[in-house]
Amino acid sequence: MLDDIDRRILRLLQADPTRGVPELAEAVDTTPARLTRRLERLRSDGVLRGSHIVIDWKALGYTVSVSLRITLDKTVSRAFDDFIAAARAVPEVIEIQTFLGRVDVRLSLIARDLPDYQRIYREQVLTLPHIADIEALMTVATVKSDESLPL
Amino acid sequence: MTLDDLDCAILRALSANADQSTTRLGQKLGLSQPATWRRIKRLQDAGVIAGRRLELDAEKVGFGVTVFLGVKLATKGRVSLEDFERAIGAIPEVQTVDHVLGLYDYRLRVVARDLADFERVLRRRIMTMPGVGNVEANVLLSEERRPGPI
Repeated sequence: MLDDIDRRILRLLQADPTRGVPELAEAVDTTPARLTRRLERLRSDGVLRGSHIVIDWKALGYTVSVSLRITLDKTVSRAFDDFIAAARAVPEVIEIQTFLGRVDVRLSLIARDLPDYQRIYREQVLTLPHIADIEALMTVATVKSDESLPL
Repeated sequence: MTLDDLDCAILRALSANADQSTTRLGQKLGLSQPATWRRIKRLQDAGVIAGRRLELDAEKVGFGVTVFLGVKLATKGRVSLEDFERAIGAIPEVQTVDHVLGLYDYRLRVVARDLADFERVLRRRIMTMPGVGNVEANVLLSEERRPGPI
């Protein structure tokens, strides 16, 4: 279970994962040694899994971002496994999510421009196995993307 | 910005784990610490590395439910999109907001403690927002992030 100090630590780290131990210890009013022990516990409990960089694909020339909402043919028993394994092989797929609802799987796809998107869509997406229906939402603008949790 | 193989290797490594030191990362790639640091700095300055994100187990910190919402605006033209975006982005449970073209106008990622909590957020915070029309909810079961075309 998390206590208030754990929550404060996670809130601060979430806002800035580069914060060092001495600064963080001061912010939560504890000693660096105590903070280190807490961080170790949060890690070993699997609460804190680490951190990763966020890549801005636009800066690398990928100007198109599309959310593909896919319904699978569930009469095939291995539909999910087959589909996901094949989707992993498409380099432009940057996220794969499965859902309970009207949509079964969602793919986040990036492309350099619209002709590039059309090519990937026709050659690599429509050929994925067991698709029953597919809808595309094209991102016009990202308003909020920090993905932080309201701790 | 065009990337060479070492830039790509750095991006892949840091996408998987940004906690490793430049010394360790350099060792793995056969680069010196200063050379590794310079390359990371260049990727940051070019905006390719846009930031760093903490990975928390949402369920273990009390957020057992993640829902993707498709939101259609009911009265387009009469609602200011800027006002809607500001108000929806200010809801703490709303993690991401994308303005999209297609079946819906906005795509939201929402976290909640459980389904009852999600219902509360949906009914009291999101559905009460001016202009919100049709809403479709899909509950997230699993998620995986891929390295992308690098």
